[in-house]
Amino acid sequence: MATLKELKGRISSVKSTQKITKAKQMVAAAKLRKAQAAAEAARPYAQRMEAVVSSLASRVTRTDKSPKLLAGTGKDQVQMLVVLTSDRGLAGAFNANIVKEARSFARQLESEGKTVLFYLAGRKGRSIINRFHPGQTEKYFDTTDIKSPGFDEARAIAHDLTDMLEAGKFDVAHLFYSTFKSALTQEPTRQQIIPVKIDQTASLSTAAAGDAPPASVEYEPDEAGILEDLLPRNLTTQIFGALLENMASEQGASMTAMDNATRNAGELIGDLTVQYNRSRQAAITTELVEIISGAEAL
Amino acid sequence: MASKLHFELVTPEKLVRSEEVHMVVVPGAEGDFGVLEGHAPFMSTVRDGNLSIYKADGAAPETIRIEGGFAEVNDKGLTVLAEKAGE
Repeated sequence: MATLKELKGRISSVKSTQKITKAKQMVAAAKLRKAQAAAEAARPYAQRMEAVVSSLASRVTRTDKSPKLLAGTGKDQVQMLVVLTSDRGLAGAFNANIVKEARSFARQLESEGKTVLFYLAGRKGRSIINRFHPGQTEKYFDTTDIKSPGFDEARAIAHDLTDMLEAGKFDVAHLFYSTFKSALTQEPTRQQIIPVKIDQTASLSTAAAGDAPPASVEYEPDEAGILEDLLPRNLTTQIFGALLENMASEQGASMTAMDNATRNAGELIGDLTVQYNRSRQAAITTELVEIISGAEAL
Repeated sequence: MASKLHFELVTPEKLVRSEEVHMVVVPGAEGDFGVLEGHAPFMSTVRDGNLSIYKADGAAPETIRIEGGFAEVNDKGLTVLAEKAGE
């Protein structure tokens, strides 16, 4: 049986934990609104970019000379997994889910005899991946000093990837992040970014609609020239979108996790208080019994 | 002229402009070009420079500096995708 003093100490320690989780929950709720707005604001750009790239890509014939971002290297031996996680904890299973998705994909690739490399952004994913796949991290992109992900970070990551692709360090790249569905659900997502996945249905549907005959569109410079200019931008846009989705997901996951933690702490405090009061009462009763029996003995 | 050109300027951060204007002059990679209502479908990369928006015929232009992107003209109007846009 814990003494009264011990119980008192535990109650106050759970109370201070609850204060922290409550504060973090409120911070996450405030940030979530902002992150969600940012993720939504970025969608028009990404959608238009995707539409243009897929309509162009379906029209340009792929040759050996076509850009590697579009056609790939012709192999799929070395696979690069770009894993985006957060820098801060207290977000429930948010980071663990992304890493789990990436690791199960990595295992699948390795069982097929492929080489797997990692490009990591975010402090939380790095330690886990380094532990399970030591020496396979090609690069770690430090985002600890960045408050909210901007287009510049996305560009830096895209630039790194393009350089590595040109240097022949990998053949296929996949992006892992968490899609923001709602504050309660975030879905770990895998997306192939290099070579560009052409949405066949999208290009087919525009062709089927046939309202704007593609032949009448003029290009300046030519289609291939525009495509060459657009592909790196498209890559940047996709990474940027993923960063924003991740940010919103992180805040959502954090809010949910902290809400649960606060509630659990509340329950724990209630239980401990009951226990504290009971032991206090018991102590008083014992004391009274002692006094009374002492008085009777006289 | 009654008909107006539908003009959209989009950056990764947000939809900067979506409005009906008279004419927009875009700094294309191979020279500036002006877009009026009813322009033929056209697609061009854009060099860093100033975009001039003419709200009405003969009105003083409003300029927005844009960096990196491309412009697309289709039957719905003109869409400029820029990586950066500052007023």
